[in-house]
Amino acid sequence: MLRKGLENTPKVRVVELHKYFGNLHVLKGINLEVKKGEVVVIIGPSGSGKSTLLRCINRLEEPTSGKIYLDNTEITDPKVDINKVRQKIGIVFQSFNLFPHLTALENITLAPIKVQKRSKEEAEKVAKELLRKVGLEDKASAYPDQLSGGQQQRVAIARALAMNPEVMLFDEVTSALDPELVKEVLDVMRNLAMEGMTMIVVTHEMGFAREVGDRVIFMDGGKIIEEGPPRQIFSKPKHERTRKFLSMIL
Amino acid sequence: MVRISQFDPKLFIEILPQLAEGAWVTLKITSISIFIGLMIGIVAGMGRISSNYIFRWISSFYVEFIRGTPLLVQIMLVYYGIPALGINLPPYPAGIAALSINSGAYIAEIIKAGIQSVHRGQMEAARSLGMTYLQAMRYVIFPQAFRNVLPALGNEFIALLKDSSLVSVIAIVELTRVGKQIYSMTFNAWTPLLGVALFYLLMTLPLSRLVRYAEERLGKYTKS
Repeated sequence: MLRKGLENTPKVRVVELHKYFGNLHVLKGINLEVKKGEVVVIIGPSGSGKSTLLRCINRLEEPTSGKIYLDNTEITDPKVDINKVRQKIGIVFQSFNLFPHLTALENITLAPIKVQKRSKEEAEKVAKELLRKVGLEDKASAYPDQLSGGQQQRVAIARALAMNPEVMLFDEVTSALDPELVKEVLDVMRNLAMEGMTMIVVTHEMGFAREVGDRVIFMDGGKIIEEGPPRQIFSKPKHERTRKFLSMIL
Repeated sequence: MVRISQFDPKLFIEILPQLAEGAWVTLKITSISIFIGLMIGIVAGMGRISSNYIFRWISSFYVEFIRGTPLLVQIMLVYYGIPALGINLPPYPAGIAALSINSGAYIAEIIKAGIQSVHRGQMEAARSLGMTYLQAMRYVIFPQAFRNVLPALGNEFIALLKDSSLVSVIAIVELTRVGKQIYSMTFNAWTPLLGVALFYLLMTLPLSRLVRYAEERLGKYTKS
């Protein structure tokens, strides 16, 4: 399959990122560069800080110290308009977090209409296209309660995409799903990767990491232990800890 | 039983229109007060959970003060206190102001609970789409919070409707005062006062039915 070529410019750059929750040192000096169009998969045991790292990138968690750049903008700068930045960085959550009082279509159009001030007609047109893209064109008027977990998560992806983000973050998006619903969500993510979206994916789906990831990062204890192409990480991990983790899950 | 025999059906029929008029005043005062109280309650409820220390402190002080003092004292404070500051305040605005300020404090606690009843992932999802805190509150949190606290708001309306009888002490001619006036003119206690009670019941019973219906319908969001 053809994949749009990676460009060499860093899209996201994380520099010496530290995060404390009280006395708990969760991220201990993370340095990371993600190229435009790259799919970076972050793996690691629970509590390793991978979700916190992801949530720092759109500042749902405030970094304690360190810097994060989107292109050349330092988004950790207190003067930056975080609401503008967040429109460029979509995130999909483990627990979907769809708005239960709105239909699938309204979930997708709410932010484009209220935040980006697009017209209702235009927003709905885009939303319907996105629903088609995630295979749910017939569910526009369904409420989240009426959808399966896999369908809800696909609506959540469409909702994030409606803002036209430049980067997409995925925070264990298949972990809350029944096994038979995982594939439909991963398929949507795979297509997105093919289209050249810059993606940072925290996941336990090693098959997806191996197949779609350009680079795999292994985190443990708040640090990046090892990174490299999926083939290398999965077959010849350099670090003992990586080996141990992989032997436990594969 | 001798006194109950005072109940005079003929008098009762005669005073029905006056009682109905009093009930209408009670309903109007309560409705206006609950509406203003809701506005106050939304602001104070947000204040109770605000990260801004001063906003939170003021809101908490307000709620504690109102909940810790008798409504009758609050009514008199407004009615006698504000004119003492040189501001003319007729009974009706004074009564409505006191009832609004009072219900605002209770509604603040209801709103606070309502906001906290919405899963925090909702706020995160809204903010992650670029919404400001206030946009997220308005379009995502409040619609769900209101739905969750609708029964509690209904109960607050019923409570305020009954408590509004206290504004009769500042010369507002609402249901309770109408009854008292009839009593002073006829020296018949049972007929007007049972009538008053009956009219309160006529208003509160359907309301509490409505609240129970709303409670049962809470739950799933689907097309109704």
